[in-house]
Amino acid sequence: MTETVAQSTVADAKAPPDTMAWDSGLRRLMMIYLPLGCFVLILLFPFYWMAITSFKPNAELMNYRDNNPFWISSPTLAHIKHLLFNTAYPQWLKTTMLVAIGSTTLSLIASTLAAYAIERLRFRGSPYVGLGIYLAYLVPPSILFIPLATVVVQFGLFDSPLALILVYPTFLVPFCTWLLIGYFKSIPYELEECALVDGATRLQILRRITLPLAVPGLISAGIFSFTLSWNEFIYALAFIQSGANKTVPVAILTELVTGDVYQWGALMAGSLLGSLPVAIFYSLFVDYYVSSLTGAVKE
Amino acid sequence: MSVTTLSSHALAQRQPNWIVRLFDYKPFLIVMCLAPALGLLTVFLTYPLGLGVWLAFTDTTIGRRGIYVGIENFQYLLTDPLWWNAVFYSVFYTAVATFGKFALGFWLALLLNNHFPFKSLLRAIVLLPWIVPTVLSALAFWWIYDPQFSIISYLLVDVLHWRDSNIDFLGSPWPARFSLIAANIWRGIPFVAISLLAGLQTISPSLYEAAMLDGASAWQRFRYITFPMMLPILAIVMTFSIIFTFTDFQLVYAITRGGPVNSTHLLATLAFQRGIAGGELGEGAAIAVSMIPFLVFATLFSYFGLARRKWQQGEAND
Repeated sequence: MTETVAQSTVADAKAPPDTMAWDSGLRRLMMIYLPLGCFVLILLFPFYWMAITSFKPNAELMNYRDNNPFWISSPTLAHIKHLLFNTAYPQWLKTTMLVAIGSTTLSLIASTLAAYAIERLRFRGSPYVGLGIYLAYLVPPSILFIPLATVVVQFGLFDSPLALILVYPTFLVPFCTWLLIGYFKSIPYELEECALVDGATRLQILRRITLPLAVPGLISAGIFSFTLSWNEFIYALAFIQSGANKTVPVAILTELVTGDVYQWGALMAGSLLGSLPVAIFYSLFVDYYVSSLTGAVKE
Repeated sequence: MSVTTLSSHALAQRQPNWIVRLFDYKPFLIVMCLAPALGLLTVFLTYPLGLGVWLAFTDTTIGRRGIYVGIENFQYLLTDPLWWNAVFYSVFYTAVATFGKFALGFWLALLLNNHFPFKSLLRAIVLLPWIVPTVLSALAFWWIYDPQFSIISYLLVDVLHWRDSNIDFLGSPWPARFSLIAANIWRGIPFVAISLLAGLQTISPSLYEAAMLDGASAWQRFRYITFPMMLPILAIVMTFSIIFTFTDFQLVYAITRGGPVNSTHLLATLAFQRGIAGGELGEGAAIAVSMIPFLVFATLFSYFGLARRKWQQGEAND
């Protein structure tokens, strides 16, 4: 066993003969490319299916015998038209956008200040405040939504998008704070000391030195918060009742699923349109997503 | 010229008005900086958490303030077969889905750790299921699991001829349970794979080189280098995954709403059905509170996973 390994490494190190190269090429194909291909196929198939369903006429949707279900023979925009003109979909999109931008802004401000205080203004017990905020991230919405519903009613915010803007920071602030603490840590402390010596105030330091250097972190936290609040479901389901104020994920499930016959074309078109903004956003900032995802886990 | 501006600038610096001075006073600044975050978290997280525990001991319903009833709600839940059913399915769902996610996600991470063209593009594509709103991809799964027009049934029956009849994915309890778990695994793989990939990239190649020189096989390198080095990050990612799988709500609510015959209720969906849809806030809160012991267990698991980190970094054991 060990000998073969040693031999193969030796063979790799020298110029390998042709058969060996072919062998390792085939091996690579079987061990890496084939499983990777399967993974990508399975991970992407639901999106392909979603997209193809939203452009299929109903006749094709319900008849697999005469049409190849994996392709569209006569694509139609009927489902998307129905969605945009016969339902409140544009209104839902607007509400979702408002909620996502509002809660993202709020949590970015709150968590930047908190992270700065914890990491840079170092005071006694600051690690414990950081730990407390981190623990808040471990409290899942499924435990909180019932008491939060009563709190929202007490504040008179029931059925208002403002309730969502105020509640979403409960899961955004811990995440963003933790991410930004990591970014602030990477900024050399000497820069701030220089500024202090030069007579800058703490707020000037934050605004002129720390924040500009933490821009990548701010972008990561921002796009992540935007995505998380766009995707949020359980609070939006529990706190919003009237059709016009619903967010896209909730509205599609509660307003478009009607009766016993599901309009799969319209449902899938709604899902596609609701996924597109985050997907586009994502494609623009892929690296920030990956770094924030892995950064938050590593911390 | 420049001298005068400098001196006037310095003068202005030396005599700041009281607001600027207040904001430069460290304790005040600390309080001001922490106030928004801690305020939001206290009002909308800590207070509701306490309120939830209190509600669990009352008989509150929507529109009526409840009175303290002691552990009556929990006593009732212990005799409720639906609650036991939800506990069973929550644990089963979490166990099977977590195992699936980590087995496949780890495999995918190992695959992505190789060098090949379009690597970053592939990494971007892989993360897509995790980015898209869960409810919307759940709807796609609902359509994929359609009893009549399921594409999987079509493949198996009409293309491959492996089966004679369509699969009834969501019509009976066990197939429905496994269909939901499959959808959850699909959604969870990207998160696990990308997080573990980040961990894999921190392992020093020199370790592998040393092992190769000593003649370690590919399996031995995985077993004695990759796996132990990955344990700390595995523990963290797994804790997150367990917590959020156990308290999952969206997938089940979107695809089956707990049906058929309440067989796929998770604790979260049962809490929603009783608490919000049914109006029994006290009972719903009790169901939600009954999730806490499981979550504490998962967090302790993370703590001990983290404790491992010390000896791996070569610091003193305590």
